[in-house]
Amino acid sequence: MATPIALRVLEGHARAYRHTWRGTTIGALVRPALFLTAIGVGLGTLVDDRAGTADALAAPTYLAWFAPGLLAASLMQAGSADGMFPVMAGMRWVGTYRSAINSPVRPRDLFLGNLLWSVARIAVIGLAFVMIAAAFGAIPLGRGLLAVLPAALNGVVTTAAISAFVVTRDSPQVLAGMNRFLILPMFLFSGTFFPVEQLPDTVQPVVLIIPLWHGVELTRALALSSDPALPWGWHLGVIAAVGLVGVLVGSRLFTGRLRR
Amino acid sequence: MKRFGAFTAVAGIDVEVARGEAFGFLGPNGAGKTSAMRMIGATSPISEGHLRVLGLDPEADGVELRARLGVVPQEDTLDQDLTVEENLYVFGRYFDLPRRTLRTRIDELLDFVQLSDRRNDKVDPLSGGMKRRLVIARSLINDPELVLLDEPTTGLDPQARHALWERLYQLKQRGVTLLLTTHYMDEAEQLCDRLVVMDQGHIVAEGSPRQLIERHVSREVVELRFADGQQAHALERLEQLDGDRRIERLESLPDRLLVYTPDGDAAIDAVNELALDPLTLLTRRASLEDVFLRLTGRQLID
Repeated sequence: MATPIALRVLEGHARAYRHTWRGTTIGALVRPALFLTAIGVGLGTLVDDRAGTADALAAPTYLAWFAPGLLAASLMQAGSADGMFPVMAGMRWVGTYRSAINSPVRPRDLFLGNLLWSVARIAVIGLAFVMIAAAFGAIPLGRGLLAVLPAALNGVVTTAAISAFVVTRDSPQVLAGMNRFLILPMFLFSGTFFPVEQLPDTVQPVVLIIPLWHGVELTRALALSSDPALPWGWHLGVIAAVGLVGVLVGSRLFTGRLRR
Repeated sequence: MKRFGAFTAVAGIDVEVARGEAFGFLGPNGAGKTSAMRMIGATSPISEGHLRVLGLDPEADGVELRARLGVVPQEDTLDQDLTVEENLYVFGRYFDLPRRTLRTRIDELLDFVQLSDRRNDKVDPLSGGMKRRLVIARSLINDPELVLLDEPTTGLDPQARHALWERLYQLKQRGVTLLLTTHYMDEAEQLCDRLVVMDQGHIVAEGSPRQLIERHVSREVVELRFADGQQAHALERLEQLDGDRRIERLESLPDRLLVYTPDGDAAIDAVNELALDPLTLLTRRASLEDVFLRLTGRQLID
């Protein structure tokens, strides 16, 4: 039986990973480990010294509250990187997409293959993160493994949305701009480092449309065995909706850009 | 027919290529060669018209058709993260070729393009000619019935070009149909059984290299160079020979005067009779280049 074409693309990514895994994976793990140490442990000690913190955060320690947020945010960041660099390289820098479509591979297979590869990569990074966090005593291993699911889902949804946008861009400069003005603010202000209740009242509703905030809520609820801010289905619904739109629009945009 | 918005890249071309033939699209930059190739290769939808490749409709049967094609694009687009061998392997997997089949075929192809000793090297340090040969090998990974080559030797040094032509000639001998675009006339003369000259999206001539030369230019060309300021005078004198069988056509270039003639020696006699006294005088056979420049003009087109 013929292998689905997107899986053939996935195999190509896996082959290239033999050469690139050091740079991409270690980077994706070292960063969270540094954040866990500096913010979770270092700053967390100060936070925990203040009376009433545990009640306000509904968590035993700041580290325990911060780690699941960081998990979701890190996988979002890994997902956005997967949507940026491989797509810009395939379309522009190297042009591998332009040669791949001379084979049975279709533009949508390139999109889906990259997305599937992102699933694999994010799963690995997520699992490794949980083990590191468990070693820090930040997340119990069992609940942590469960908490990887919504964090990884949000990460892959990010890949879909970002790659759908990046495929339409000609200049690589847009990537730096996106990292600065989209990814970093999301990373910082989606309830990752501090509760969104600390944000000014006027800004707070904005988080409702940020998938990462929903991902953080679900990840943290599973890690701490608590309830998320909104009903579970709402959080999941927003992430799934962004993902669905990303996949549908992404497939079309890849086709539109490559089949001209 | 191919349109991009208001711009018509391919305005209407009507060609049939037989199996086993080597067919060329010639034309200046922007003539519509690449657009035509991409439509044939089922990676670009046709705006209008009828196109069948290997009996298939590129629009409806793109996946099936591309499985039987080999494509050498203008740019190399090799995967920089992969080794020489892996570039072939990954591309072969795109065709869902079994790993075992791929292993033997990669050995054969690397041998064919003389890259066996570089198989475990990354792509980046390879020379331009080597990269090009690797792209040719990649295009052959699925044992294609038809190979599309878009300017296969542009930017290569003479040795690399000849090495490549030799490989392509061998492919032709094996019965593979070749379709290539080029703006090198020597390449077209070397490789093509038949070709069309394209200009601004239209076909302006069609035939074998020999036929095109016979039809559009004379058999021989005499090139005359004169001392400063003498050329205009010489042209005037030669033009007065209007009706002389020895001279078919004259063309004045900034640096020399071309005399198209059925017989070079006779034309030189005519020049000597007029006592024109050129600085240099050269007789050569008319080439496809003369046809090309005659048909597509001498102005620079971008």
